[in-house]
Amino acid sequence: MRKVVLMGNPNVGKSVVFSRLTGAKVIASNYPGTTVDFSKGRLRIGGELAEVIDAPGTYSLEPTNKAEEVALNMYGVADIVVDVIDATNLERNLFLTLELLERKKPVIAALNMWDETKHLGIDIDVGRLEELLGVPIVPTAALSGEGIEKLVSRLNEARSPEEIRPTSDEARWIEIGHLVKKVQRITHRHHTKWDRFIDATIKPSTGIPIAIGIILLSFWIVILIGETLISYIFEPLFSFYRPAAMAVSDWLGPGLLHDILIGKLIGGEIDYVQSMGMLTTGLFVPFGMVLPYIVAFYLMLGLLEDSGYLPRLATLTDTVFHKLGMHGHGIVPVFLGLGCNVPGALASRTLETRKQRFISATLMAIAVPCMAQTAMIFGILGPYGLSYIILVFGTLMIVFLAGGLVLGRCVKGESPEILLEIPPYRRPSIVAISKKTWMRVRWFLTEAIPYLFLGVLLINVLYSVGFLEWLGHVFAPVISGWFGLPEESSTALLIGFLRKDLAVGMLLPLAMAPVQLVIATTVLAIYFPCVATFAVLVKELGIEDMIKSTVIMVVTALVVGGVMRLVLIGM
Amino acid sequence: MEIQIADVHAGEEVLITRLIGGYGFWRRLTAMGIREGKFVKVVVRQPFGGPIVVEIDGRCVTMGRGMCRRIMVMLKE
Repeated sequence: MRKVVLMGNPNVGKSVVFSRLTGAKVIASNYPGTTVDFSKGRLRIGGELAEVIDAPGTYSLEPTNKAEEVALNMYGVADIVVDVIDATNLERNLFLTLELLERKKPVIAALNMWDETKHLGIDIDVGRLEELLGVPIVPTAALSGEGIEKLVSRLNEARSPEEIRPTSDEARWIEIGHLVKKVQRITHRHHTKWDRFIDATIKPSTGIPIAIGIILLSFWIVILIGETLISYIFEPLFSFYRPAAMAVSDWLGPGLLHDILIGKLIGGEIDYVQSMGMLTTGLFVPFGMVLPYIVAFYLMLGLLEDSGYLPRLATLTDTVFHKLGMHGHGIVPVFLGLGCNVPGALASRTLETRKQRFISATLMAIAVPCMAQTAMIFGILGPYGLSYIILVFGTLMIVFLAGGLVLGRCVKGESPEILLEIPPYRRPSIVAISKKTWMRVRWFLTEAIPYLFLGVLLINVLYSVGFLEWLGHVFAPVISGWFGLPEESSTALLIGFLRKDLAVGMLLPLAMAPVQLVIATTVLAIYFPCVATFAVLVKELGIEDMIKSTVIMVVTALVVGGVMRLVLIGM
Repeated sequence: MEIQIADVHAGEEVLITRLIGGYGFWRRLTAMGIREGKFVKVVVRQPFGGPIVVEIDGRCVTMGRGMCRRIMVMLKE
């Protein structure tokens, strides 16, 4: 099967072209040995089926980072290269185009964002450009689908022009200067109200309030979508499933196997949240509680990505995040982690170096409580007053900042400065976003859920054979002596590995003082991520780094818990 | 007079004269269109040593302050 590879600068609408070209069968995967994502799909050229690969965006064929290396490798396997050019930024885009034409592979160019050139006052003579470059050039507007059919029908005309020979960077820029002069006329460029709004979102004085507004709005939408999915799809599914699970429970009868598969019956019934069995809580947590929010989160992330807002958010937060050993993009895992730590952990891969990814993932696991946890913290401490809640979140925020300052200095490796193009705002494409969301959700289903099951199984076996209770006793002196909490809370803290929100719930019957609850919930948030996040982190960071990360988490929990005890309770 | 782009006020337009650094640095910037002989406008300077946003050919690029100390420019008269 022939391979068609899409190449182009970042932010040229390449993924939208990709989703227009391909059918429903698209796969997102990791490039082997890297954390770079790419997508693959199928396309019919005439009667023949071809594979379409969406390479990561790159400014040139001489890679300066991992993603660009991957793009270059993909160029290596291409039979036909589709060079996606941003028509509104011809000059810069032509650099990659010339590089592609100098190498001997058939090229066809899509002059994308064609619809935007008109109101920007840009006029490009396509016929002349085609003549000068010696390859077919098709104007496209991927968002509306305009020109895509023509692009497909001309794919076989892709060619490698003889006239263009390899040259130096300087000579290439000079050549581009001549080309642009011949084919492009810019008539006017007026600043509009829209432009002023664009400026307002990156100026600190106006940008930060706007950012807070957008983040709050996104959360509200995520919760809305998540809850809607739960009440209309997932809850009905699980109530449909309940009789089957009860039948299995009756058939098994009491015993170890029942404890592991079904768990404890609460009042003679299966309780999806508290039974803790593989077939009850083990299924309900990933599918009934996490998945709906994962879907909602990925949808929202796709919208923020494709509208062009994320680079602006990264610009605003870079000042702080650079001091924490990351750069502005570090806001994305935090933002996602506040919903659910699992997508947050996955998002840490968008950072460039191992150091940045390590810091980002560790800090998120330590100091960013997920939505479920936040809800429980509000539920438990709410009755005692807002000040206790602020105490918990304030502590977590200090831990995040202090942790970042320390890790940024101690972790070996590089933390490069931000260098990021801010694309113009664009209307996101529904086709591209739904495809992206589906690819990411499918990744979660196939890659994260199996680990999650294994984790739940492990915890269940340990719980059933009484190991967790024993461990609880072992840790009881630390819990009471160091944190100043009742000994009984130690099992609850251990259960926190499985479900943080549930563990918070288990603290309720212990009749603790408000300050003790503050310490317990804070320690619970810090010491370990839930099993699902843990599984993803092992995959993302590797075992060795995850062990380091875990040590940091436990030490931080001990230090912070101890300090809080000293300050809030005294010796 | 040649100065660092890190010292240019927001709203001012300047001409890039020199990029100081290795081939990798030069190449990363030029591939994004930031090269000698181009006019750029400083759009925003984030406070407390944060990044600088410049506009070049109608496109905005965010650059860390450290990089901006290695981009030499002339004020446009």
